Amino acid sequence: MAAHLKKRVYEEFSRVVQITHEEAPAKKLRLSKPSKSAALHIDLCKATNSTDALQYLLHFARKPVEVESVEGVVRILLEHYYKETDNSVRLKIASLLGLLSKTQGFSPDCIVDDAINTLNNEKSHQVLAQLLDTLLVIGTQLPESPTVRLRLIQMACKHLSDTYFGVRNKCLKLLGCLGTVDAPLTKDNEGAGTSLGDVRDVQTIISDYFGDQDPRVRTAALKAMLQLHERGMKIHEIIYDQACRLLTDDYEQVRSAAVQMVWVLSQLYPESIVPIPSSNEEIRLVDDAFGKISHMVSDGSWMVRVQAAKTLGSMLQVSPHFLEQTLDKKLMSDLRRKRTAHERAKELFTSGEFSSGRKWADDAPKEKLDRNTVYLIASGACGAFVHGLEDEMFEVRIAAVDALSKLARSSPSFAEKCLDFLVDMFNDEIEEVRLQSIHVLREISTHITLREDQLDTVLAVLEDSSRDIREALHELICYTNVSTKECVQLALLELLKNLNKYPTDRNSVWKCLKFLGSRHPTLVLPLVPELLSTHPYFDTPEPDMDDPAYIAVLVLVFNAAKSCPTMPALFSDHTFRHYAYLRDSLSHLVPPLRLPGNGLDLVDSRCSSGSVESAQLFLQQSLNRVSTIQNLEAPGAQELLNFTIRDLQRLGELQMELAGAADFCATYLRCQLLLMKALQEKLWNMAVPLCLKQNVTATAAAQQILEETYKLEFLYGGLESRQVATIHHVRLQAKALQLVLTARTRQGLDPLISSCEKFLQDIESFQRLFLAELPHLQDSFVDTLLELMPRLSSCKPVEMVKILQTTLRQSGLLQLRLPEQIHRATATIIEPTGESDNPLRFTTGLVVALDIDATLEHVQDPQNTVKVQVLYPDGQSHVIHPKPGDFRKPAPDRHRLITQVYLSHTAWTEPSQIEVRLLLAYSSSSTTSLSAPKLGWSDSVDGLQSPEAAVEGTIPFSKPVKVYIMPKPARR
Amino acid sequence: MPEIKVTPLGAGQDVGRSCILVSIGGKNIMLDCGMHMGYNDDRRFPDFSYITQNGRLTEFLDCVIISHFHLDHCGALPFMSEMVGYDGPIYMTHPTKAICPILLEDFRKITVDKKGETNFFTSQMIKDCMKKVVPLNLHQTVQVDDELEIKAYYAGHVLGAAMVHIKVGSESVVYTGDYNMTPDRHLGAAWIDKCRPDLLISESTYATTIRDSKRCRERDFLKKVHESIERGGKVLIPVFALGRAQELCILLETFWERMNLKAPIYFSTGLTEKANHYYKLFITWTNQKIRKTFVQRNMFEFKHIKAFDRSYADNPGPMVVFATPGMLHAGQSLQIFKKWAGNEKNMVIMPGYCVQGTIGHKILNGQRKLEMEGRSTLDVKLQVEYMSFSAHADAKGIMQLIRMAEPRNMLLVHGEAVKMEFLKGKIEQEFSIDCHMPANGETVAVTTNPSVPVDISLNLLKREMALGGPLPDPKKPRTMHGTLIMKENSLKLVSSEQALKELGLNEHQLRFTCRVQLQDPHSDSDTLHRIYTHLKSVLKGYTIQHLPDGTVMVESIVIKVSSCAEDANTKVLLLSWSYQDEDLGSFLSTLLKKGLPSGLC
Repeated sequence: MAAHLKKRVYEEFSRVVQITHEEAPAKKLRLSKPSKSAALHIDLCKATNSTDALQYLLHFARKPVEVESVEGVVRILLEHYYKETDNSVRLKIASLLGLLSKTQGFSPDCIVDDAINTLNNEKSHQVLAQLLDTLLVIGTQLPESPTVRLRLIQMACKHLSDTYFGVRNKCLKLLGCLGTVDAPLTKDNEGAGTSLGDVRDVQTIISDYFGDQDPRVRTAALKAMLQLHERGMKIHEIIYDQACRLLTDDYEQVRSAAVQMVWVLSQLYPESIVPIPSSNEEIRLVDDAFGKISHMVSDGSWMVRVQAAKTLGSMLQVSPHFLEQTLDKKLMSDLRRKRTAHERAKELFTSGEFSSGRKWADDAPKEKLDRNTVYLIASGACGAFVHGLEDEMFEVRIAAVDALSKLARSSPSFAEKCLDFLVDMFNDEIEEVRLQSIHVLREISTHITLREDQLDTVLAVLEDSSRDIREALHELICYTNVSTKECVQLALLELLKNLNKYPTDRNSVWKCLKFLGSRHPTLVLPLVPELLSTHPYFDTPEPDMDDPAYIAVLVLVFNAAKSCPTMPALFSDHTFRHYAYLRDSLSHLVPPLRLPGNGLDLVDSRCSSGSVESAQLFLQQSLNRVSTIQNLEAPGAQELLNFTIRDLQRLGELQMELAGAADFCATYLRCQLLLMKALQEKLWNMAVPLCLKQNVTATAAAQQILEETYKLEFLYGGLESRQVATIHHVRLQAKALQLVLTARTRQGLDPLISSCEKFLQDIESFQRLFLAELPHLQDSFVDTLLELMPRLSSCKPVEMVKILQTTLRQSGLLQLRLPEQIHRATATIIEPTGESDNPLRFTTGLVVALDIDATLEHVQDPQNTVKVQVLYPDGQSHVIHPKPGDFRKPAPDRHRLITQVYLSHTAWTEPSQIEVRLLLAYSSSSTTSLSAPKLGWSDSVDGLQSPEAAVEGTIPFSKPVKVYIMPKPARR
Repeated sequence: MPEIKVTPLGAGQDVGRSCILVSIGGKNIMLDCGMHMGYNDDRRFPDFSYITQNGRLTEFLDCVIISHFHLDHCGALPFMSEMVGYDGPIYMTHPTKAICPILLEDFRKITVDKKGETNFFTSQMIKDCMKKVVPLNLHQTVQVDDELEIKAYYAGHVLGAAMVHIKVGSESVVYTGDYNMTPDRHLGAAWIDKCRPDLLISESTYATTIRDSKRCRERDFLKKVHESIERGGKVLIPVFALGRAQELCILLETFWERMNLKAPIYFSTGLTEKANHYYKLFITWTNQKIRKTFVQRNMFEFKHIKAFDRSYADNPGPMVVFATPGMLHAGQSLQIFKKWAGNEKNMVIMPGYCVQGTIGHKILNGQRKLEMEGRSTLDVKLQVEYMSFSAHADAKGIMQLIRMAEPRNMLLVHGEAVKMEFLKGKIEQEFSIDCHMPANGETVAVTTNPSVPVDISLNLLKREMALGGPLPDPKKPRTMHGTLIMKENSLKLVSSEQALKELGLNEHQLRFTCRVQLQDPHSDSDTLHRIYTHLKSVLKGYTIQHLPDGTVMVESIVIKVSSCAEDANTKVLLLSWSYQDEDLGSFLSTLLKKGLPSGLC
């Protein structure tokens, strides 16, 4: 047995480095079976009719071809191509040629000639189109070769006059992808048979096909032109007129592409001047394009409308007065003539020609106006957004809202104007649109100050029953500026109403008021007496400190007081007491205040700057101190560890920034302490049969260390591989300890042999995983073990246990180095609060849904790792995996879990409490896959052979919350 | 020139009793057959005697098309088909076919049972009439007969409203019925493709209005209702049972749901329940949101809206009541109004148009004291609001539709004359197309310029393609040679050879011959050779042969030389060419007339 072990270990050792290297050639060997091309050849020869041949080709296309044999395969295919009479087979061969030339590492220049040759002899239009596609692939594979490029372009030009639209399409695509602007196609292509007499460049050729009879070709031409632009060629300004004409095309795909084209040109030549037809005026090109695209927002096809609305958002150079007209339906009359017709425009506006439909009978016609002044169809940007925002399709509405936000961010005055429209969108029938418009309003809210009436409409949405909407709105209010103290009061009132109606919004509302207060200290000041209901002469009753509404008011006032030193003078005594309480209990909402007078210096030093560095220093010092532990006697060392752990824990509580690091260190040291204690036990000197009792504590310690190491590894984010190695090292030690203990307690050799073998595997995998870290682990437990490895693997289990025992006892503490950033994953269950005394009653055998609302911090990939555990009083426990859709991500590193868990149980006589908590699931295979190359889906089955893959578990990482439930027996 | 003739029997410069006669390509079509709300005498129905004095209409009309179920568009239908007499097909969409008889029956009941009129159509007549109806689907082309085809487009407005495209040969007319270009809470926007009809007949109810954004109106409406409810007031919304009522219901229902409101909403019953049933069924005719969510929940299954009972009006506390009819002229809405008018906390919201003389019209114009029957007066203390929720296209919407369809002529109906006049001016100026607005009984003729389709033989086309440039350019017309054959009502363009073959005629050759006198001192054969070399140098790219039999051939033109009998130096050239080579032949003759250059050998 031992010999076998030894052999295995040695083998692994001597090859560790080479394994990966050896795999690659082995793979190659398998793949480069020469059979591939030969088999194809035979197949094709065997094929008696075209259907058979097609079948073979289809079959062949399913597998990849290796680089070396590509050329051979191509030859065979071409050979067959010339013989083949059936179009579909030729088509398939042509497409295969394209596929093959995409093969990594294969340079297709050798088949260019053949491909062009086949192209010249081909009669079928479909095959021609496919061949051109193949040429395109070849061309894109050979970006460095201008001669090939030129030849391909010539081929394309030649076939542009084909009668089949597909061929023209492909030619245009080829021109778009390969054509160059700087090198005009000169007279050499006269020989190629085209009738392009003079020098013409790609753009002119492409733009000729803007007027093609087939809409698909027109689209292809526009796309090719866009492709040219994407490749960094400058499109000529002349194209603009042609593109504008295509905006009125009969076919939607043409119009959609034309919108893009016009947009591209408007970005290229924003300042050019274009004339306005039917008048002698001129405007900037970008304005003209903006007007035209705005027009497309009322197009008949919704695809075009979406495209147009999206595009509008990125036209930031447009002149402000054009921009503002997109929000105005009535002033549409004379956009274009605005410069010359200012007076008339004014007159028109005041004459109130059109009724708005909001007042009765205001559309009685008045005197007839001069016909020249009124243009009903907006010849410009008029009302584009008004239309877009009330479009039938919500896709268009969302696009319009997005565009509004982009434009508003670049233009404060526009932001001011679009406010009303955005607020209107809060009323949309689709929640997505409502949410989007609230977000947009938040983004532009730096530019705007809400008036009272606007605020009023915004706040009305606070009553919405959708939680997302309300929270988005709270977020919005956090960033809004208001103008008067009435506004602040109004906002406060509405928020309190909201709090009353939806008590679960508590945190969100408080946070909202915090920002409202700190933003508007001067507006809050005059409100303070009223808010705190103080009276100059009389003492008023002290409000209830647990009332969320009162807390909300206090949060507002205290945050305002922070930058308004005169405010605390207005506080009454109990307010100060409440301040002290809230400062402690809700420190994230209540800022430190410098309160004068009453002797209490409530300013605490917790948050004073500079303390972070000092805390950091302290942390480092404690760790350094621990490293001297080697030199101390056992009791002294344990004492030191105990103190340090206590210090670190306190530090973590005090300094939020360092909580993760401090906790991490403390846990690590606790592991060490446990290990040390276990090893210090007297039992090691006793005879085996006498020490059964003490064994129990040591076994427990080993078990605990193992658990702690999993916590260390998976609960903390930001670990480097060095720390992971250290953690694994401790785990190895714990495993060794377990092994030794089993050896001492259990009789019988068989279980021992298997656990020895397992331990050796553990060492192996440790070495494999942390090869790079080994130099840092000098003189450690593992280091010694690795030195002893040959002996270990050859000796008997009993002997091995002895070796382990001594090594374990001699090994010292491994110095821990802290990473830059280390975060502890935490979770807080906001709901259920666990305060309710009313049991949740439900009928046995049926289910009841329990709403869970929790915040998760620093959890990576919560969709897969976070689970909800429900613990019943009878010890039964359920683990529920929430749906991925239940996780929201309000901020980086923070997730919000809003889900429902279903409870059910048999009947109880009394109501009782169940516990709900969140678990973080881990699996140690995830670490292996980190270091090993990521396995593909298909290979994963045979790839997972590592022995530790089995270790999976969960770590509870939130405080359990108790929920009172009562399953009633069902009535018969 | 062919003409399309349009005669409105109703709705010409007027709102109500829509009925438009169209003659197109020899077919007569009646568009809508409505009644007028304002009259109770014969003027209520269109004057069918315009079509024929006595006898049935069947032989004069090829089909009748009903755009939607409002009574001013379908109210006269049983009268026409059963009492006047019409047995041809009547076309309408499925929802219209379902809801129309409910409204007709209701209308009949009120007129006959309540007002006690006789000589009115009966229930059986409505049923018989509906049997003649052929249902239409959206975008389905229906062949009425061999030449006449119709196609329906979505029109918004009310459930099942449609625009129709009528086509005979290459002439076409689009009739919009009533339509709405802005989507609302339950219906989508009207849409038509670029069908370029010869004539577009459009309604023009809101010819002078450009409405505010729909959202603005909705927000105002909801805010007013919400505020009033919060004050503890009661809100009365007079509506007509179908159409707007459903939109407002959905609006309030979703608002109640979103805002978690508890105040009750009532709907005074009647035909509503039946109609609501159809709204639930015809989900495909509604807007995007309802279509997408009906699997989870059909929006027309209201949670908050309950049936109204007369006794509820006296209940304390806030409530919202939808009551019919819409103009407060009679019925339940008037009763409730009388009850609530005295309290300033209450509110009445008029969501649409009110005819002059109704209480709705009076209170909207600010009258605070109303005289009721029996000389009592009513103090109006409650708030009166007007919210235009009418689902007609506004001026901008009409223009948008014109832009979508690109018609060659316009015709406005269903609107007031003054307003139409204004819009007419706008249309003519903006699109530079003719716009008409006939009064009732006035006929408008629109001349069309129909394109005449000609079959062309593929061989001829291919031959011409081979001759010319790379591709046909739509902007540059090209001339081609061919023979036009008119035979049995069809036109064909074929090559001349084929034409000869088909007609069994022999081909006749037409040759031109001319003599040219030339002063040349050489011998005949030398002269010929000189001509040969001369032509060779001038006409490059043509085949020129010197044949051994003493002729020169330029393509197919023969040139011979003979000396003049009198003067050996005067040579007579004989040129002969066929009709097809006329160009080249005349060029040669003029060239040779100038003589030969001296430097030739």
